[in-house]
Amino acid sequence: MRIRLIEIAHARSGDKGDTANIGVIARKPEFYPILVQHLTCDRVRKHFEGICLGDVERFELPNLHALNFLLHQSLGGGGTTSLKNDAQGKTLSSLMLSMELDVGSEGIR
Amino acid sequence: MKSSIRIASGQGFWGDLPSAPVAQVRKGPIDYLVMDYLAEVTMSIMQKQKQRDPRTGYARDLVPLLAEILPDLVSRKITLITNGGGVNPFACRDAVMEVARSKGIRVTIGVVLGDDILERLDEMVAAGTSFDNMETGARFGAIRNSINSANVYFGAMPIVEALRLGTNIVITGRTTDTGLTLAPMIHEFGWNDHDWHRLAAGTVAGHILECGAQASGGNFSADWRSVPDLAHIGFPIAEAYPDGRFIVTKHEGTGGLVSEATVKEQLLYEIGDPCNYITPDCVADFTSIQLRQCGADRVEVEGIQGRASTEYYKVSMAYHAGYTAFGSLTYAWPDALEKARTADAIIRTRLADGGATFDEIRTEFLGYNSCFGPRLCPAYEPEEVVLRIGVRTQRKDSIEIFSREIAPLVLTGPPSVTGFAGGRPKGNDVIAYWPALIRKSLVRPQVDVVSS
Repeated sequence: MRIRLIEIAHARSGDKGDTANIGVIARKPEFYPILVQHLTCDRVRKHFEGICLGDVERFELPNLHALNFLLHQSLGGGGTTSLKNDAQGKTLSSLMLSMELDVGSEGIR
Repeated sequence: MKSSIRIASGQGFWGDLPSAPVAQVRKGPIDYLVMDYLAEVTMSIMQKQKQRDPRTGYARDLVPLLAEILPDLVSRKITLITNGGGVNPFACRDAVMEVARSKGIRVTIGVVLGDDILERLDEMVAAGTSFDNMETGARFGAIRNSINSANVYFGAMPIVEALRLGTNIVITGRTTDTGLTLAPMIHEFGWNDHDWHRLAAGTVAGHILECGAQASGGNFSADWRSVPDLAHIGFPIAEAYPDGRFIVTKHEGTGGLVSEATVKEQLLYEIGDPCNYITPDCVADFTSIQLRQCGADRVEVEGIQGRASTEYYKVSMAYHAGYTAFGSLTYAWPDALEKARTADAIIRTRLADGGATFDEIRTEFLGYNSCFGPRLCPAYEPEEVVLRIGVRTQRKDSIEIFSREIAPLVLTGPPSVTGFAGGRPKGNDVIAYWPALIRKSLVRPQVDVVSS
């Protein structure tokens, strides 16, 4: 079964210099293992191809059923140096949530 | 000791909702109002203002705000804590004192000083502090001569000292956002400066409050339609207890929403490694935080673990890094996107013909790819698109050439174009941010208290 991440998660993004951070939160505790399994650094790097020019780091927060991603070199230099309309990466959380996942035959309930 | 205190966020950044602090003071009981004004480059903007006029260099919005709410603060026994002193906390205090005098109100104001190390940089470099960029590793020497502000981030402790001296207004320069909220907890509950778990709890409360309504329903991605009355959104309040537990809430009768989901989104906002949330006061572990909805618009936060703070303060410096300018034009159907792309090519040719040089020219098509970049360019033809061109350069004359080249495209380029009102694009000074570390032993915060 193919779903969009937005069906099982919500997110918020922001900036630290040229690094964007994206927090992804499971809408229900039982969706958290799906995030852990599918949202690998590789998968996220591919999804942000052309935007994220550096490394992707991932941190787990099982207590909040959430993952935190750092996308380095993603904001056109960051801060006041950046020429991007979204220099603070505020909408990158939405781009993350647009990701399509193949969650297997069981799907989600 | 009080059994609990209520700390209210009145401002998430310089320029946030003006009615928020007024509502926090009047719409229900609070003990402390915390006002965070300082983003990373705010200090350098204030430094520039102070160079032009030595009586400025702080968040001047505070003056009309206090003219309105000072009587409420005093009659309701609410203490104000703010980092709005910027690069000139004394001038800020004088302006606030003048408001108090004009209203015949007695106040005791504490000022935290010592964060400004601009004049001491050379001496500190000579004594062995590198000030190399803590994020990129770049060497300080490359930008030393362009620095126009340098401030140490102090934590909660200097504010605690000011509170112990009986102040009802505390004005600081560069203080961490989290320290503003943690300080009253330390003061009221008598926590010691090695009580890492409780200090971490107060720090987490500070992180939740520091962006204002982002914790109470603003910018909420899970289900934004479900948030009631955003027009009158209530800013968050931390109801704190001596054991480190706290409840995130907001005043009854205000708009917005406090739920586990709204608090989670703010907890994840602009963090790095969640196990190591480093402040001058402690290192907080965000993987220990436990949330529980305990009533309408009430979320209990507990279980927070912390560790010893580091030997270093963070230093925030700002330096001049050239100029930017932005221009935009709107193209309509048919072939809106193709016309915008053609116009972009024309302007780039004309800029080169004119002898302008740039470190970067960035073209984005608003309504098409400015948020998601090349990744999700839709396969449809937009009915209209905004061509947005940004340039960055070290040369002011290149900015002037650019600013003259936008409007002519209306009569000398592809058809069906509008959106050029508002005059030529203006150049902006780029004030870039340089984070570094300094040993805590090299800097000493001072507290100065006066009463009217």
